[in-house]
Amino acid sequence: MTDLALPAAAAAERTAAPADAARPRGRALAYLQAAPLALVFLVFLVVPLVLTGIVSLWEYNEYEIIPALTLQNYADVFDGCLSADLCTTLRTYMSTVKFVVLTLAITLPLGFAIAYFLAFHIRSGTVRMGLFLLCTIPFWTSNVIRMISWIPLLGRNGLVNDTLRTLGLIRAPIDGLLYSDFAVVLAFVHLDTVFMIVPIFNSLARIDRRLIEAARDGGASGAQILWNVVLPLAKPGIAIGTIFVTTLVMGDFVTVGVMGGQQIASVGKVIQVQMSYLQFPAAAANAVVLLAAVLLMILGLTRMIDLRREL
Amino acid sequence: MDQPRGRAFYLLAAVFALYVLFLYGPTLTILALSFQGPSGGLTFPMNGVSTHWFAKLWEGVGVVDIWAALRRSLALGLVVMALTVTIAFYAGLAFRKGFRGAGLVFALAVSSLIVPSIVVSLGIGLEFRLLDDGIKALAAATGWGFLQDHGTLMGLYTSALGAHLTWTLPFGLLIMFAVFNRFDPAYEEAARDLGASGPQTLRHVVVPILAPALVGVALFGFTLSFDELARTSQAIGGRNTLPLELQGLTTTVTTPEIYALGTVTTAVSALVIGTALGLTLWLQKRRARRALAGM
Repeated sequence: MTDLALPAAAAAERTAAPADAARPRGRALAYLQAAPLALVFLVFLVVPLVLTGIVSLWEYNEYEIIPALTLQNYADVFDGCLSADLCTTLRTYMSTVKFVVLTLAITLPLGFAIAYFLAFHIRSGTVRMGLFLLCTIPFWTSNVIRMISWIPLLGRNGLVNDTLRTLGLIRAPIDGLLYSDFAVVLAFVHLDTVFMIVPIFNSLARIDRRLIEAARDGGASGAQILWNVVLPLAKPGIAIGTIFVTTLVMGDFVTVGVMGGQQIASVGKVIQVQMSYLQFPAAAANAVVLLAAVLLMILGLTRMIDLRREL
Repeated sequence: MDQPRGRAFYLLAAVFALYVLFLYGPTLTILALSFQGPSGGLTFPMNGVSTHWFAKLWEGVGVVDIWAALRRSLALGLVVMALTVTIAFYAGLAFRKGFRGAGLVFALAVSSLIVPSIVVSLGIGLEFRLLDDGIKALAAATGWGFLQDHGTLMGLYTSALGAHLTWTLPFGLLIMFAVFNRFDPAYEEAARDLGASGPQTLRHVVVPILAPALVGVALFGFTLSFDELARTSQAIGGRNTLPLELQGLTTTVTTPEIYALGTVTTAVSALVIGTALGLTLWLQKRRARRALAGM
């Protein structure tokens, strides 16, 4: 996966067009071949999102949703936001964004360091592949399992507390290790760093090594090469990784629920709770706001680089 | 690049080693703790070693039929895997030829990764609820018998399957792009020059060459589906998959039984990965052998 890019259909078309008599049939075949994919996204992504937008404007009561236009759901979402106190929604978003920032602050340098190590310091291709697999294998097992596996480590009588007590560093067990902000961020780092490593590694692997040699011959120090050559060329990978992690953390309700002991508010959790009370229009309005927030963040990120060119 | 290893190498190697420890440490602790003795609890120390909790798990966890959930997850995973490979492969072919709207379809695939899972889940849930409402209204209006006892369209192989595909297909498509970028069309041209038809070229040339990558896509499809939780949460209907049951159990089960369950599901994932990797290596070796024999 070192060179993700749209296959260069346009270029091939230009050179092959005159010779290829079967062109129109091939073109028709291409539509047929792409149709299932397009259909899946149409039925399970586009229509659901459009319906979410529509239902967010509907009325509801305890028993049913009523197809009558109202802006009440949005008014409820932002209820009290104009007053001096922070409204619930704003506080929830601030708590969620706090997790995004903390998770990014850890996964970005960590993911970059690991990707850099794999791409530049490992000389054998086989070893690199092996180490790369080592990083991705845990990604294949259930998130929930990986979360509960922190319990024996972080719990009141867990390994960390026990070790610290035996060493005489603390007298009473630390309570805040599990079911706290700390636990949530720890789990996010545990689950999501791989989403940072893979795209950054992709970018780094594509860097022409001669550029680095040229920089070294030109007298640049290691730090200068890193800052002025490697980092700018790794920007697309960093942006893609950041987008991934941001989206995953913004919409999460499972990690925050399990690791936060169901006590910490998050946007995803609000939506999930509203759905469990069958308040679909309210949940839909929250989903639209969440989607808008995520898209705004991504838009901000893509301003920094031309993603379209990089993909 | 043959200078001696610098300080940076050892520093980064240490970071990497710590990260791997961090990655595997917790999972290894629950693997160990699932073999806790009958009187042991959720934490260390181990009170003896036994398979007690696996035996308990075998009998079932409380009211939840965990084995039915496991079977459902496995079956759904296999269906998602087959569909992901097929759809992504043909879509990859289509993108290679180019078609009008290719950019749009690609943008859809990418946005499917970017839209938060809970929003996709909610949307699909709503879609099927509205469909159900529509059918009920139709039944009331027409009085048609076959519509009268309509329950719900939501289910494992409708809404949940769709929800999983929105997650697995983008990954499958991206892998296909990477693969086709490295694929040399000269092989196809040679086959065509020798008189092979389109389907023949596909079957005897393209698929065998791409087989290892297709196994990779299958692997992605299965494991992503097998462990998927967020997208299915609101879009599954009455019957839960294993990850959903697991999430419920985290708050109710307070014995090492849940670790035993964790060990079992991790073993299933590991088995699938192992099989797929073995298959890929075998395919590559066979190809190399055949290439040698053909010379």
